[in-house]
Amino acid sequence: MPKETTPESGRIQARFAALREQGRAGLVTYMMAGDPDTAAAQAVLEGLPAAGADIIELGMPFSDPMADGPTIQAAAQRALKQGQTLKGTLAMLARFREKDADTPVVLMGYYNPIHSHGVEQFAADAAAAGADGAIIVDLPPEEAPELTGPFAAHGLHLIMLTAPTTDEKRLPAVLDHAGGFLYYVSITGITGTRSADETQVAEAVARLRAKTDLPIAVGFGIRTPDQAAAIARAADAAVVGSALVERIATGDDPLGFVAALAEGVRGARP
Amino acid sequence: MTKALNTYRAGADERGHFGIFGGRYVAETLMPLILEVERAYADAKADPAFQAELDGYLKHYVGRPSPLYFAQHMTEHLGGARIYFKREDLNHTGAHKVNSCMGQILLARRMGKTRIIAETGAGQHGVATATVCALFGLTCVIYMGQVDIERQAPNVFRMKLLGAEVKPVTSGSATLKDAMNDAMRDWVANVDDTYYLIGTVAGPHPYPSMVRDFQCVIGEETRAQILEQEGRLPDSLVACIGGGSNAMGLFHPFLDEPDVRIVGVEAAGDGVETGRHAASMTGGRPGVLHGNRMYLLQTDDGQVVEAHSISAGLDYPGVGPEHCWLKDTGRVEYVPITDAEAVEAFQTVTRLEGIIPALESAHAVAQAIKLAPTLPRDHVMVVNMSGRGDKDVATVAKALGSDVGEAL
Ligand SMILES: Cc1ncc(COP(=O)(O)O)c(C=O)c1O
Repeated sequence: MPKETTPESGRIQARFAALREQGRAGLVTYMMAGDPDTAAAQAVLEGLPAAGADIIELGMPFSDPMADGPTIQAAAQRALKQGQTLKGTLAMLARFREKDADTPVVLMGYYNPIHSHGVEQFAADAAAAGADGAIIVDLPPEEAPELTGPFAAHGLHLIMLTAPTTDEKRLPAVLDHAGGFLYYVSITGITGTRSADETQVAEAVARLRAKTDLPIAVGFGIRTPDQAAAIARAADAAVVGSALVERIATGDDPLGFVAALAEGVRGARP
Repeated sequence: MTKALNTYRAGADERGHFGIFGGRYVAETLMPLILEVERAYADAKADPAFQAELDGYLKHYVGRPSPLYFAQHMTEHLGGARIYFKREDLNHTGAHKVNSCMGQILLARRMGKTRIIAETGAGQHGVATATVCALFGLTCVIYMGQVDIERQAPNVFRMKLLGAEVKPVTSGSATLKDAMNDAMRDWVANVDDTYYLIGTVAGPHPYPSMVRDFQCVIGEETRAQILEQEGRLPDSLVACIGGGSNAMGLFHPFLDEPDVRIVGVEAAGDGVETGRHAASMTGGRPGVLHGNRMYLLQTDDGQVVEAHSISAGLDYPGVGPEHCWLKDTGRVEYVPITDAEAVEAFQTVTRLEGIIPALESAHAVAQAIKLAPTLPRDHVMVVNMSGRGDKDVATVAKALGSDVGEAL
């Protein structure tokens, strides 16, 4: 008997369709769940759509974030120290959904907490909380089959990463598992360190476009409204992480910063 | 009834899995590099010239074969099994780590890499890596937890003398696992010229298999030496387990000898029941860290827990995937030894045999001290003396506290 599949929410597709209609790229913002504390993080999360975030990546803290630089490492440490759990992160999302039914939210993190929770259970609980998909940094296509079944069954997108090192031969394997949108990691490096060269990003996006119809979001190293605008000219969405996490940590008007980024992205294309 | 496998030596499948363990759980940016290492290693393994070059360095530079020494006084003292020490402590640089470093540095050279990075706990792997980098004139960067830098100061200075840059790691618990995180972060940022020289049988495929292959020289020599000295195979093997490389090197060539009992010794720190330990197999459950699925010390929420051991080289919350599989199949027994038992064994073997063992190796000796008296006098036991203990004398003095005066 074929496995019954839950129809996916379609929020990601709907959002990119709307962006295409508006003739602009989207702003994707990353924040860490539970940083600096549950209430403050909830307030930022709930303020993001009005500030101009088109898609939200909600970080699930992990003790050993191997692909992250000092900023996001510290955010994860703060969140864990104040008691953030995977269940707590999903509860944050469920509360957000009571107020916002449309903004796509993608959970982002590392595999072990999901593995520990149980892949099947995670997919069920994440879908119930209102997630649209997940980005699992340390799950390359070689290991992705562990998740594709449960994710499909609960209508979640597995959002795959491609990198400058992903060559033409590997790309089909990545695309095989990719859903929602494709996340292009614009630098070889960890988060919050160097910035991408815009020309190289444009070339990379063009190469990817030739191989997939999925929208392409570009992230890592985008720190300012100008950089976000430059990426928005080449890609379907620009992802800002560490720079926002820093603002959240210092309480330096994070939502005002998101508004400035959104303005940059919205004004990018003539 | 569990059916015995017809071989325990078949290794990982083509995706690097040992049963449910192993694999390649790394960021996409690293995947192409890992596949490149896999291809290059497969190519080198099939090339007799590579093996010949490695054998030459192992013989003339490392000083292999290492002796298999009959520990007469320990044997008499314990009054049971005949105890042999496989003397990896006599290798150049003072531990087994150099076996795999030599293999991997030759591979890195074949791949045209010019910059080598590594993580280290006790500093033995860092010293061995810095040594082979000095030998071949390659840039060397060693990541080491701040806590370990403090407790293994002599090795830090050795690495610096050898020309390596030692980068202190202060994130997380500032020990071996955090050093490995930072090494991975470095590798992601330096994909073109850098080779990551992993120090144990863990990490993404092909590292667990490759490091095992390079360490198997320990078990292969032991086999020939015991046949020569005793005219038969040993009845038991004992080795300590950090990530598991010295143990895997000794065990693997004997896995298909059903009459050889094999015992791996994990670090129990203050005792497994206290929660302050590094016994991943006794006290952990399967999880994913550093590129592979393995037994892992973690919270109910899947956060990695700090390991605790007096021995910096065993202070790691995971263990290589092939060991995890060997545990689940029942072929190898894994037992815990506490800090206190290891320190006691450290002193016993030093006094009785004039051999100062690494605190890591002292865990294996402690298990031998427990087992030997329960075994008949014709039982032949080989204990892996994985390294020498000069680096640990300050730690042991501190552990003995007020007793240090009496000990003197
Ligand atoms: C002397 C010695 N023995 C054992 C170990 C533990 O590593 P493994 O389990 O990989 O042999 C170390 C690690 O630093 C070591 O220095």
